[in-house]
Amino acid sequence: MKLEANLISGRTAYQGAYLEAKTHKEYFDACSYCELNSSDLAKLGVSEGDNLSVTTEFGDVSVFAKANDGNPDGLAFIPMGPWANAVLSPDTHGCGMPGFKGVPAQIEKTGEAPLEMKVLMRRYYE
Amino acid sequence: MAVITDAICSLCGSLCDDITVTVEDNVITDVERACILGRNKFVGMFLHDRIESPMIRKNGELVDVSYEEAIDEAAKILVNSKRTLSYGWCSTSCEAISKAIQLAEETGSLIDSTANVCHGPSALAVQEKGGPSATLGAVKNRADVVIFWGCNPAHAHPRHMSRYSSFSKGFFTQKGRKDRKMIVIDVRKTDTAKLADTYVEIDQGSDYLLVTALRSAINGHEDVIPDTVAGVSKEDVLELANVLKEAKYTCVFYGMGVTQSRSKYKNGDGVSSLISDINQHSKAVMIGMRGHYNVTGFGQVATWETGFPMAIDFTRGAPYYNPGETGANDVLTRGDVDAAIISAADPGAHFPQDSLKYLAKIPVIQIDPYANPTTELSDVVFPAAVVGVEAEGTAYRMDGISLRMKKLIDTKFKTDEEIAVDLINKVRELKGGA
Repeated sequence: MKLEANLISGRTAYQGAYLEAKTHKEYFDACSYCELNSSDLAKLGVSEGDNLSVTTEFGDVSVFAKANDGNPDGLAFIPMGPWANAVLSPDTHGCGMPGFKGVPAQIEKTGEAPLEMKVLMRRYYE
Repeated sequence: MAVITDAICSLCGSLCDDITVTVEDNVITDVERACILGRNKFVGMFLHDRIESPMIRKNGELVDVSYEEAIDEAAKILVNSKRTLSYGWCSTSCEAISKAIQLAEETGSLIDSTANVCHGPSALAVQEKGGPSATLGAVKNRADVVIFWGCNPAHAHPRHMSRYSSFSKGFFTQKGRKDRKMIVIDVRKTDTAKLADTYVEIDQGSDYLLVTALRSAINGHEDVIPDTVAGVSKEDVLELANVLKEAKYTCVFYGMGVTQSRSKYKNGDGVSSLISDINQHSKAVMIGMRGHYNVTGFGQVATWETGFPMAIDFTRGAPYYNPGETGANDVLTRGDVDAAIISAADPGAHFPQDSLKYLAKIPVIQIDPYANPTTELSDVVFPAAVVGVEAEGTAYRMDGISLRMKKLIDTKFKTDEEIAVDLINKVRELKGGA
């Protein structure tokens, strides 16, 4: 089962709390997840903490599943950070700002765990 | 043991200036009144992954070098580059920003701030339509209607609501929260939305439609509003418009939901026009929820020194500004720069993948207190003092009020400003005193 979702990113208190500790596990825990509402998680057959693959036309990334019933159906949220930016849109639409919100994404269950920050960054040298 | 009162928290654009810090043996051991973000900045800094030495990437690995060797290498990169991207300079002082702009001018670089991925579109909106604003003090004392549009201060600016907005008690708002109507407009029910009197959930990317509908209602053109706009019923749009018309004083705080969603700067442009419309009936202002504690200061310093707030290209010898062409992500995705110097910001964490693939290809100089994703893409790395904790300096709050940050503890590290000055001097030396 693949969920066609609308992906947004943004700040969270914990992303902000570990903003200057990005090599630490707390930052990894604070940013390497994707929030969907419980009904969307159920559709994908995953529980919180399971791995999700998020794919857009710009890339793919593995993240943990997290429930947030404040999200409407089909809205996915990944905290701003390296995991979100693996799949968000670089297109600035001619005004400087990349597409950090409103990127069509396909989300499904995966066996792949999220990559640790340094490993994720190393992909950019490939 | 020293107890320092009224210290400024240099984390987010709220710049809370009521922090009490306890220092023992040059280590901050306690912080009072800071939120989790600020507390981790002050106390956590002794636990974080500090860059301890200047480093240069050799055979793929960053190795420790002397400060002089790193300055030599960085200056060579800048002098040999046809067009360098200088990026960030927002978690630092205005004094450092001024030197960064001078360095950019000396080296014919393009300099951009974190507004590129934050409130850059707001700057464009203000240039198009103006930014009827106020100080947070005015909002605290007067606003009986507070709107949070596409922002989530419960997470991003945790003390904003208690110090300046929803819960704060002011001259005309002595009952605090009871004297204010709090409205949240967002695409999901955030922790801020849960505190609101009215939560307006809109379809993601349709902010401009709602702005337009509200303007139509306030300007007496209810007939053109369809039954549903942006996922909101006409009835709710009219009710919200009525609240705005009848308010004594409205402040619209807006965030990345407005600037990063579809229509980008046109959303801010629309909000500005809406404020103007409300002001025909009542009083309203707008304030962007700025992220980095001194991104507002970058806009101020850059504007008084170059005429432009961000995305300033010195390649032609004189400042040139055209975001969309000269924005940091635009030049990176186009491959239009051949080196980068990054300070007091972390594009490695906050730029999309295409920009990072290009940063990985070009020489990158980093100036930062802490190792972060940008370090992984950097070739010359300078450790820096934590400005606002280990060095004093000026910063601008989100409402454009300048505040002087204190030095709280001593450090062995140079400040961003000192490093920028050393680079300017070395660049001049390499260019033969030019």
